Amino acid sequence: MRSVLIKEFRSFLSLLIAYVVMVVFLLITGLMTWVFEDFSILNNGYANMDVLFNIAPWIFIFLVSAITMRSFSEEKKVGTLETLTTKPLKDMDIIMGKYLACLLLVIITILPTLIYYYSVSQLGSPQGNIDTGAVIGSYIGLIFLAGIYVAIGIFSSSITDNQIVAFIISMFLCFFFYQAFDMIKSISFLRNSDFGIDWFGIGYHYRNISFGKIDTRNIVYFLSMISLFIFLTKAVFSSRKW
Amino acid sequence: MVRKSIGYLPEHNPLYLDMYIKEYLGFVAQVFQVKNVNKRIKECIELTGLGLEQKKQIGQLSKGFRQRVGLAQALIHNPDVLILDEPTSGLDPNQVVEIRNLISTLGKEKTVMLSTHQLNEVEAICSKAIIINHGKLVADKPTSELKQYGRDSTSFYVQFTGAMDITKLENINGVESVKKEDDGFILNCKKGDFAIQESLFSLAVENSTSIITLQQRDNSLEDVFKTLTQS
Repeated sequence: MRSVLIKEFRSFLSLLIAYVVMVVFLLITGLMTWVFEDFSILNNGYANMDVLFNIAPWIFIFLVSAITMRSFSEEKKVGTLETLTTKPLKDMDIIMGKYLACLLLVIITILPTLIYYYSVSQLGSPQGNIDTGAVIGSYIGLIFLAGIYVAIGIFSSSITDNQIVAFIISMFLCFFFYQAFDMIKSISFLRNSDFGIDWFGIGYHYRNISFGKIDTRNIVYFLSMISLFIFLTKAVFSSRKW
Repeated sequence: MVRKSIGYLPEHNPLYLDMYIKEYLGFVAQVFQVKNVNKRIKECIELTGLGLEQKKQIGQLSKGFRQRVGLAQALIHNPDVLILDEPTSGLDPNQVVEIRNLISTLGKEKTVMLSTHQLNEVEAICSKAIIINHGKLVADKPTSELKQYGRDSTSFYVQFTGAMDITKLENINGVESVKKEDDGFILNCKKGDFAIQESLFSLAVENSTSIITLQQRDNSLEDVFKTLTQS
């Protein structure tokens, strides 16, 4: 598994994917958080990082799908998957190697935003007046959310050998699981029912955890979604015939 | 695991084009948990003659060199069995010879199994051949035996300096048929102790002419292949 992880991560670096992803993510979040007056913290008046944590899941729908789209589909198309599967590697080694390489890239992309936390806490009045618990919770939530996105992306990539198809399927599924259940709930005849359909969506759990309350129910939801998509990937990947 | 003792070169030799040769070999070595990785990579690069190109990216290499990278990655863990799927397809004649030499050198120590459509390649490097037709095994014999398959005759090509009457050739004991080809004749002969060559020489002396060419023609594997797969 480690060898696949290292190989995947090095290919992110050598194909410039890593740099492009980081630059784009930091550019958009940086502009939104500090420059554009409609959103920026400086105009908003409150020392919190809500702007970043609200916008990051939307950027990740594109970026994570772009990172993961090539993982299986390109190797299938070029044929390198054949070399990989004839080596003494278990299917799970290959899948987890690729999964963790993508997740690692996403986490590294998020890391520089810790500077925002420092800046905001310095700007707070009085200095250092920021809800640190909520920030920690939000970061944990964001990493779990990225974890689900990556699992969805890997799965989409495993079902097709066309990168663009994988990209679009992945974007749709990420959007669906992040937002669609909230939207379904807002349909009028469901609105008053006690059945919380939004519970199935990532958004509900992401919001809960971002209050700084790390609830095992949310963690279990995140972990089970990740394992669901990884096992779906394994099912697809193991059903290959040659 | 079985996979550990097998080195495999797939048909179209898929490689990671964005990786460097050493990087790729290092990755494969790591997968096979090879000890002394750097030393082993060096050995494989030397063995496959990649020395001059070793600092390049795989994407920059020509097809012949890519094939060598494929062979190098199949060899990196020193497997007992090598499986090569059409190792010389798409290479120029010099590269074909080089790869073949490499395969025969390797074959001294290891079991090499290769699939190919080029039968002269089989003749050149294989000790045993298996022919499969539409999924059915039609032959499984050492190459030398396979060449004799289905034939109870041999043929000679002979050329004289002067004119020669075709009927005189037909009257030689053991000759079944004679055909004129270019400036000489092709004699189809029965197998056995007929001493065709000697008869030919004495025939030449009788007619006061001399022989300038005399060749025994072996059946090529291609003929055998045709008879086996078409019936």
